[in-house]
Amino acid sequence: MANQNNAEIIQEKLHPMEDILRMDRMPHIWCSGCGLGSAVTTFAEGLNKAGISYDKTAIVSGIGCTGRVAGYLRLDSYHTTHGRAIPFATGLKLANRDLTVVVFSGDGDLFAIGGNHLIHAARRNVDINVICVNNFIYGMTGGQNAPTTPLGAYSSTAPFGNYEMPFNLVGVAAASGAAYVARWTTMHARRLTDSIAEAAKKKGFCFIEIVSPCATVFARKNRGGTGLDLLKEFGSRSVIDHKADPTKIPLEMNNDIVCGVFVNDDKPTFWENVQAGIKSQVEKYSNWEELQSNSKKTHYKKIHKYTASRDS
Amino acid sequence: MYRDSRLHGEFFMQGDIACAEGAVAAGCRFFGGYPITPASEIAERMAMRLPLLDGVFIQYEDEIASMAGILGASWAGVKSMTATSGPGISLMNENIGLGMMMETPCVVVNVQRGSPSTGLPTSWGQSDMMQARWGSHGDYGSISLCPNSPQEFFDLTITAFNFSEKYRLPVFLMADALVGHMTEKVIIPPVEELNIINRRYTNKKTNEYLPYEYGEDLIPDFAKAGDGYRYHTTGLTHDKRGYPDMSFECQNECVPRLVNKIKTHIDDISLIEERDIEGADVIVVSYGISSRTALPAIEMAKKKGIKVGYLRLITVWPFPEEKIRELAKNVAGFVVPELNLGQVALEVERCACKNAMTKCVPHPGGGIHKFEDIVQVIEEVAHGKSK
Repeated sequence: MANQNNAEIIQEKLHPMEDILRMDRMPHIWCSGCGLGSAVTTFAEGLNKAGISYDKTAIVSGIGCTGRVAGYLRLDSYHTTHGRAIPFATGLKLANRDLTVVVFSGDGDLFAIGGNHLIHAARRNVDINVICVNNFIYGMTGGQNAPTTPLGAYSSTAPFGNYEMPFNLVGVAAASGAAYVARWTTMHARRLTDSIAEAAKKKGFCFIEIVSPCATVFARKNRGGTGLDLLKEFGSRSVIDHKADPTKIPLEMNNDIVCGVFVNDDKPTFWENVQAGIKSQVEKYSNWEELQSNSKKTHYKKIHKYTASRDS
Repeated sequence: MYRDSRLHGEFFMQGDIACAEGAVAAGCRFFGGYPITPASEIAERMAMRLPLLDGVFIQYEDEIASMAGILGASWAGVKSMTATSGPGISLMNENIGLGMMMETPCVVVNVQRGSPSTGLPTSWGQSDMMQARWGSHGDYGSISLCPNSPQEFFDLTITAFNFSEKYRLPVFLMADALVGHMTEKVIIPPVEELNIINRRYTNKKTNEYLPYEYGEDLIPDFAKAGDGYRYHTTGLTHDKRGYPDMSFECQNECVPRLVNKIKTHIDDISLIEERDIEGADVIVVSYGISSRTALPAIEMAKKKGIKVGYLRLITVWPFPEEKIRELAKNVAGFVVPELNLGQVALEVERCACKNAMTKCVPHPGGGIHKFEDIVQVIEEVAHGKSK
């Protein structure tokens, strides 16, 4: 496909990404000027770049505008309950370790209702990728306050301006122990694609924040202009600094949007730790009954003694 | 690892441990849970057993995550289970609804305690029976099994997995703290003697498969993640492709089937133990631990000359409506002892209608019925007939 020029692709296919999009579900429900189109495109390109098989990739979403991503990608796709995409994905990944499991959801889904799951999955270093599209607001329900809404910004539940401190998403992910933490805006299509490809191949909990324009709700309430205006603003406000401390780069209304790959660590995943723990025990005891009888739990011993007298 | 670590033989075993062993025997290889009295022993046992069988044990951050996690594991084609008590079920209910809507096989063990709220953590009750039927919002068919001994806790765990695999839904195993913490003889048969049912996988080609296409039995064929089917599934009302469809027509096809797939198979699902039903004037309808206080009470009432039958609901949901309707025609009434203030009694009363009297023997939990209390109600019902 790389050798074909665009005209040939267009002649043969409905869409250059027909292989991964559910074309029978188009048109999608997202507004014009929304950043989700770019987020999905970069994700598809990132998977291709990493050489990950579509058949072995599962995508899990929660609820909200970004929650609809799962439904438009022709992968094994799961549209779950609000905030619970990460524990669902954890179960899926641990039960079939051959899969590449990606959670694609929004800032409200992953950091408000699902915040606890995110920090614990990062702590465990479960081998999943979490892509969080941050548009600073609840779009699908009509523009309510999000855990990312900047101080002073207007939303439909903050008519006098937001008075809550927002979360700095990359800071939370890094502090919770994620193995890979990056932030890009939808302006950084090429760098974002590279990050998605890098995360797809990387072991451990990978977190990518995509700062994305919401022209219909957030921009309208805060006089941000059209989707294009917002992209231009991202362009002028963003600074790439891979060495930045992720906990010190919050997003406010008018400050620099510091982008980059802030964390890229190699550390054992949840499953590797499980395997290491079992291996040391298995090497110590020749069979499981012996292992069990050496367990500190008294009721295991009782059972063992009883069975030993019965079965031997 | 130690692949031959499945137990068989006779054991002196706690109910919760028997449940975990039943799950291992049924082929459960994923357990996601959160500690809660009186169900923690199940998690502890699974933490010991599963890693050595190439299975996965994960202690999640809460019950919400545990329920979401076992659904995810089930979609990878692995039999999965969680175990909790009333407060945990309250947290799980949203994702139980997701499991019902996505038609995900898994088992949810509820070792019931005294409720509401935190209630009686270390004592027993049967206060979540209606929650097991109507806990998550909306209409769906539900299967709930009630063991009354550690042996039955083992057996019914396997049955619960079989039903969940066959009918594709989360199945409730409604034990209580007494059955869970009781230690009795448990016989575990060799693996080859167990009846294990596995879900029906599709044999269609990847381009022909529709995840929610169903046949006469109303149950769609399963495809697991990573097999190349690349299907979509959602908690939204969906068509046969699994795609969201917000029309009345789609809702009307999607939701009634969730109820009917259980209703039409009630003969297979409904498990009932009965004694001396023929010619009885009064029938004691009990389930779970209450059945063990009902039996001596029945013997005492018989000595007083009352003809009493014993009907034990092993399957409480789906409720055996036809069975109760038929029996109601020939008896004076039903007596329903339960460790709540009248939940299953409501169902018995609904089915008995005006044909027979229904009296609950309520108990708030934190103890078990006194035999005399049950006998007294049996007498009241029996004498009600002579009036």
